Order: sequence, then structure tokens, then C-alpha cells
Amino acid sequence: MNKLLFIPLALFLALVAFLLVGLNRNPSEVPSPLINRPAPHFLLPQLQDSKKTFSPQEMRGKVWLLNFWGTWCPACRDEHPRLIEYAKSGVVPIYGVDYKDDPATALELLDELGNPYVLNSFDVDGRVSIDYGVYGAPETFLIDRDGVIRFKQIGPITDEVWQKEILPRVKQLNQ
Amino acid sequence: MNLNRGHMGRLLKSAIILLAIIPLVASVSIAGEAQPNEDPQIEQRMKALTEQLRCLVCQNETLADSRADLAEDLRREIRKEIKAGKSDPEIIAFLTQRYGDFILYNPPVKSTTYLLWFGPFVLLLAGIAMLYRYLRRRRELIKEEPLTAAERKQAEELLRSHV
Repeated sequence: MNKLLFIPLALFLALVAFLLVGLNRNPSEVPSPLINRPAPHFLLPQLQDSKKTFSPQEMRGKVWLLNFWGTWCPACRDEHPRLIEYAKSGVVPIYGVDYKDDPATALELLDELGNPYVLNSFDVDGRVSIDYGVYGAPETFLIDRDGVIRFKQIGPITDEVWQKEILPRVKQLNQ
Repeated sequence: MNLNRGHMGRLLKSAIILLAIIPLVASVSIAGEAQPNEDPQIEQRMKALTEQLRCLVCQNETLADSRADLAEDLRREIRKEIKAGKSDPEIIAFLTQRYGDFILYNPPVKSTTYLLWFGPFVLLLAGIAMLYRYLRRRRELIKEEPLTAAERKQAEELLRSHV
């Protein structure tokens, strides 16, 4: 038997393997070009007090989470109770960017459901969320002491993501 | 069986409701999109650009076609960049820096995409090489041997008898 005859079979099996891997990947999770890059600069008014501002530069020297959300986003509401839980654990401070939203509604929601954020910035037209490449709210960025983005979660943080992706990185970055 | 029928009934009902809603939703989003006071030249450039770009919210649509909120915002940003005198490559760089190469329908040629771009040609060349080798070997298998005198005589007789 000619050994060459097995080459098409081997190629076919390789193709099947590629397709299997591809089928099991989530196409909505697009790798972010921002990982391991400095977090884009911004200066935004605070949601709670529009006379005060917030900039990521103030967070130099700290490991922190930046969470993009809005009251128009149902998945954000799903995530909300878990954020409160994670905030209570005190492992890492959570800062929010409320974008393309009505500030009154946002404040109401935080009053009603609790506030997991140290503070919220308010991004009226979503310009900052574009700089962060946000396309599927909620999105959460883990930023290190030097202001470099180390991890990005697209969609709500689940307990699994918290345990397996975020906590180990926070520990490592805090060392 | 009964349970199944109830399920079908509900499915049918939701399908009818959905069919009734679709034209409503479509007309609303089209109405929301009107951009009357824009410079047609800018619009044309923006359209040409956004037709090569993917909307990340609904990934099978271009940024030009998508009615998603984000697509509208990105079109607004692109308009702004055009007005600021940015070139097309500069605007595309602006977007890929934020959203990655995935936003491009045409993947750029770089080390991670060599296989994608050149793989088919490599396979084609390999196929041609294999075919060439196979044909050469086959030619060697059927070597021409000159006929002996007796064989030639036999062949000539055979040919004559059939005329």
C-alpha cells in the first residue's frame, strides 16, 4: 500500500480538528489589542458629583478594575449583584464608567440596588468607551500599578471568571 | 403529546408576534438614522471606508449597514476624523488600535496571518509537486522496450490480417 494515500486522510483529520476547536470558541470574544498596553487616558466628570473629575492617572500605584456599564444594558444589571459581592470582599477596588446614560437614572439604580463602585465617571457620548474598544457592555479592565491593562472581560463577570481569571492576576500584580 | 402541542402553539404564537413586530422595529431604526445635513463628499468617503469594516456588535454586518448604537457612534467618529483631515489609513489605524484587526473584513498580511494568506498557495504548489513526481514515476514504470525481430514479424502479420 502506498503511504502517500494516507496524506489526504491526515489532512482531512487536521481540518476536522481545526473546525472542532473553532466551533467551541465564542466568536463574540474578540482579542483586545489593548492587553499589555497602557490604559487610554481620559478625564471625565464624576457621576455622583459632576464638578469633580476622574482620570485613570490618579490610580497609579494601585491594581484596580475599570467597569463600563449603563442602565440601558440588561447584562450589566445581571452583573450588578456580583459586583457588589466582589467589592465587599475588598480584594480589588472597582471603578465604573457609566456611558451613554442618563445620570439621574444611573444614580437611582445605584441607590436602589447598591453601589459596588468606589466612584463612577460619566461618559456622555461614549467617546471614552470607544477609546477602550468597548463593544459589548459590561466590559471590565484589570489595570496594574503602572497603568497597564492586564486583562479584559467582555460581558458580565461570572464567578468562574472572577475565581480563575481575575483573582489570580490581582494577587500576582499586587506582589 | 399534549405538552408538545402546547409548546408548538406557543412557538407559533411568538412567531406571529415577531412577524408583526419586525416591520415596526425596522421602520423605527431607519427613521432614527437620517443624516440630512452632512456633506455628501464626507458621507461618500465614510461609506467607502465603513463598507470594509465589521460591526463588532452584529459581526456579520459592515459598519456601513449596521443599525447598532456602537456602529452609529463609530460612524460619527469617522466623520469627525475625516473632517479633521485624516487619511483613510490613519482612520483605519485609529479603529484597529481600539478594536483590533477583527474590525477589518480584509485581514492584514502579517506574521500571524501568513498561513491564512499563503497557505492555499503552499498547498497548491505541494499538489503540483506531488502530481509531477507521480507522473515521472509512472513513465519510468512503463519503459519502452524495443521489439525483437520475431515480435515485429508477428505484429506485422496481425496488422495485415485485420485490414
